Amino acid sequence: MAVETMTGHIEPAGVVEGLAGVVTDFSSDKQAFPVPWGKAMMWIFLLSDTFIFSCFLVSYMHVRMSTTVPWPNPSEVFALSLGGQPIPLILIAIMTFILISSSGTMAMAVNYGYRRNRGRTAALMLITAGFGATFVGMQAFEWTKLITEEGIRPWGNPLGAAQFGSSFFMITGFHGLHVSAGVIYLVVVALKVWRGDYERTGNYEIVEIAGLYWHFVDLVWVFIFAFFYLW
Amino acid sequence: MSAHEGTQHPISVYLWIWLALFVLSALSYSVDYFHVQGLLRWTLIIVFMFLKAGLIVSIFMHMKWERMALKLVILVPPLCLLVLIGLMAIEGDYTFLTRSVAFTP
Repeated sequence: MAVETMTGHIEPAGVVEGLAGVVTDFSSDKQAFPVPWGKAMMWIFLLSDTFIFSCFLVSYMHVRMSTTVPWPNPSEVFALSLGGQPIPLILIAIMTFILISSSGTMAMAVNYGYRRNRGRTAALMLITAGFGATFVGMQAFEWTKLITEEGIRPWGNPLGAAQFGSSFFMITGFHGLHVSAGVIYLVVVALKVWRGDYERTGNYEIVEIAGLYWHFVDLVWVFIFAFFYLW
Repeated sequence: MSAHEGTQHPISVYLWIWLALFVLSALSYSVDYFHVQGLLRWTLIIVFMFLKAGLIVSIFMHMKWERMALKLVILVPPLCLLVLIGLMAIEGDYTFLTRSVAFTP
């Protein structure tokens, strides 16, 4: 099938660029997205997940705007004393760098996957999962400190607005759940890569699909870091 | 087109983006560390946040190399969240005012 463009020359369908490409992709009675179905489905799942996390963040914005009690200062709540000197937000900063590093190793794993480099792909995915597990571990440490030392509960805390606890546990808990699920997902795919399952079919798309999920988890953290911890 | 172009990127692309994300994170952390306050603080937080998000989505998630149809399907719907944010901001303000009048001693 061919498409006649505005300028008059004939191009095969599927290679028209820009807005005209949108029209041909949706109207030509064929598959709209020239990507593997798993990748399209992962994107659509991530879009729906975007709305879930957005609902949490918007509700956090709403309770923070509407409370008449002062909001606890995250910079002080999440400070850690290293060598007797409290450093503001240091644990969260380290967690941010760890998650970004895991995104970097994941991006490289996807690249090595497409180069059919089985060993490096599996190794980099396992390193990514390791970073993710470290992140969850640090989050568990942070929660423990907040619950036992600061006395923060979902229904109230001694530092200020009661909504601080509910927003914090809901948002970071749901994100931590995503990281934990991602670690399991990555380990499963990495072991299958290592075993050579995708070597036989020559199809490493699954690595990119797992990577999309992992980068999304990092992406959500960027927003949580900005709105919850820095704001 | 699309993902298979991803096979051709040298690893250095990802290392550079990684470095850029590190620098941007360090910058957003220093906003808090140096106690930048007020409008400048919020502007810097938002700018660094969107730069990081943009790099992750476009390079790490390969959105830059996807066809425009997929880009629009994924990136346009979240814009309706702006309506939700706007409505909730108005509502939050109203609740704050009502509480100030009715519940503050």
